[in-house]
Amino acid sequence: MAIFLTGESRVIIAGITGSEGRKHGARMIAAGTRVVGGTNPRKAGQTVDLGGTGVPVFGTVADAMAETGADVSVVFVPEQGTKAAVIEAVDAAMPLVIVITEGIPVHDTAEFWAYASDRGNVTRIVGPNCPGIASPGKSNAGIIPADITTEGRIGLVSKSGTLTYQMMYELRDIGFSTAVGIGGDPIIGTTHIDCLAAFQDDPETDAIVMIGEIGGDAEERAAAFIEANVSKPVVAYVAGFTAPEGKTMGHAGAIISGSAGTAQAKKEALEKVGVKVGRTPSGTAQLVRELMRG
Amino acid sequence: MDLFEHEAKELFAEYGVPVQPGKVAYTAQEARDIAAEFAAGGHPLVVIKAQVKTGGRGKAGGVKLANGPGEAYDKAGAILGMDIKGHTVHKVLVAEAYDIDQEYYLSFLVDRAGRQFMSICSVQGGVEIEEVAHTSPEAVARIGIDPLTGVDRANAAEIVAAGKLPPEAVEGAVELATRLWAVFTDEDATLVEVNPLALTTDGRVVALDGKVSLDDNAAFRQEHARFADPTATDPIEARAKEKHLNYVKLEGQVGIIGNGAGLVMSTLDVVAYAGEEFGGMRPANFLDIGGGASAEVMANGLEIVLSDPSVRSVFVNVFGGITSCDAVANGIVSAIGLLAERGEQVSRPIVVRLDGNNAAEGRRILSEANIGVVEQVATMDDAARRAAELASLAATGA
Repeated sequence: MAIFLTGESRVIIAGITGSEGRKHGARMIAAGTRVVGGTNPRKAGQTVDLGGTGVPVFGTVADAMAETGADVSVVFVPEQGTKAAVIEAVDAAMPLVIVITEGIPVHDTAEFWAYASDRGNVTRIVGPNCPGIASPGKSNAGIIPADITTEGRIGLVSKSGTLTYQMMYELRDIGFSTAVGIGGDPIIGTTHIDCLAAFQDDPETDAIVMIGEIGGDAEERAAAFIEANVSKPVVAYVAGFTAPEGKTMGHAGAIISGSAGTAQAKKEALEKVGVKVGRTPSGTAQLVRELMRG
Repeated sequence: MDLFEHEAKELFAEYGVPVQPGKVAYTAQEARDIAAEFAAGGHPLVVIKAQVKTGGRGKAGGVKLANGPGEAYDKAGAILGMDIKGHTVHKVLVAEAYDIDQEYYLSFLVDRAGRQFMSICSVQGGVEIEEVAHTSPEAVARIGIDPLTGVDRANAAEIVAAGKLPPEAVEGAVELATRLWAVFTDEDATLVEVNPLALTTDGRVVALDGKVSLDDNAAFRQEHARFADPTATDPIEARAKEKHLNYVKLEGQVGIIGNGAGLVMSTLDVVAYAGEEFGGMRPANFLDIGGGASAEVMANGLEIVLSDPSVRSVFVNVFGGITSCDAVANGIVSAIGLLAERGEQVSRPIVVRLDGNNAAEGRRILSEANIGVVEQVATMDDAARRAAELASLAATGA
């Protein structure tokens, strides 16, 4: 079954005519993703060649959905236009929007998230500044390399792109149901908690790996959620124990989260609720392996 | 990007947020001249404030009252050059001192957890605000703000009421809050904080201090570059920035090059753990060369890392995701060649760990290149140990 992205998902690419859109579109198709179209308001009616497959370009997300039945949009639109692209997808009631674009001002993300919330969160937003979602053997939407791992029964949720890849590769002998790169921006659409909830409900996921980073208190909140709602085993890794202390200014951040946002604080919060936390990526993989064999 | 207090206040003034008149001085003489101007205007009492991007200035002795130009000279002289939590004071703000009746707290910021914006307001402002938030959270109001509708006068009044500001401060605080919100949105700020927000004895509400963080991602539509602070940047960091490399100088001995911020951060950790066994060797830097590690990017990265004299060994830790490892290996080989052409023969040991896409081919390319300083290790943990070991051997001259 996987979460969010399955073999049945019909994917369009916003910004399909740009270099990133074309490059990763071709990779997605090679990985077996059903890429059914793309959007560019100035190139509607054209066809883009993605590694030998001709993919139609539509002027709007609504047109693409009406013509192709698309239910996932992967956004590569540059940061100046990302907010408008996401809002357009929300207006079209696109079920899943994965925002790969990095460098989006947080005020823009706050606005498009609020816009989606106002409309009842019909659209699930993943990202921004994320590598996307991979359900190995089924579909791959974003920039996660498809051939570094295998299909299996681990669910993975991660703030970091390359650590996602590292973990998928370390555990390629066991394999993954779905890996979700949620991105590390201050405001993101889909959170650790959303993914934990979805993996808990997914009959094809037996264990969950969660990768966090310093900053914010998302991991601490995830720990509280795990304690109350997740019965499947969770293994975590947190990066940034030796990172230099951020040049945080003012008191507002500390007041709001009540947490220093340090790796140590996150580790302690997770261990307190019974989550095993690895010291290194390979140590974390080893914990998962013992768990899956145990 | 974080602003100095005086920059934050200049921004506040542009938006009509009331601040004390003041000017920046880089020398005690300049501070005396500014104080003389205030004295001539009938305001001999000034406050001299260290301009550093950290908190706790007052407790560190970086904020002092001065009565007249002579005292301003002495006190500015004492503050300039002072070290406050690792920040050297290069400049002071000399501002007209106000008679303060009460001190409050007001800020706007990004609410990560709520995925929206937030205002924090409290009648109990001042240096102990974090302590107040901890011991009596009910005294510190947190009000969510819808990014689509923002803050109008009515919202500002709600914020001020929630913070329990007294009636005599309400009108001024509401006006100030609406203007402060304009700073937050129009400047793409992630934080604007006024602590203390002061009620003067003559009934005015004024921002006595200001902290502003601007969103670097908004640089394409803002003129934030005018706040860039060349004095704060490490020279190696400055050169890395020119080459568009994401480099942060640290205090250790093992140079780090990797791809992807998360993996590099993880590499720092693993090297620090390994270093515990080898005389406390630690990472010398953070350097993320990003996804497409071309030969040129790798050469620039190596050059930057090796330009740090405290680096005794280098750990190149790459996971081939989008980029395959053969391209990365070719990048390392040509990087060392390029450096030799630039007259920089690489002599310090470089430990390379390649994993992921096409790792076998990448390792073969590196082996066949047969570069004396390059040593390949199969796993991240073992490679980190080896890099730490080589750094410690170099340190002891073994």
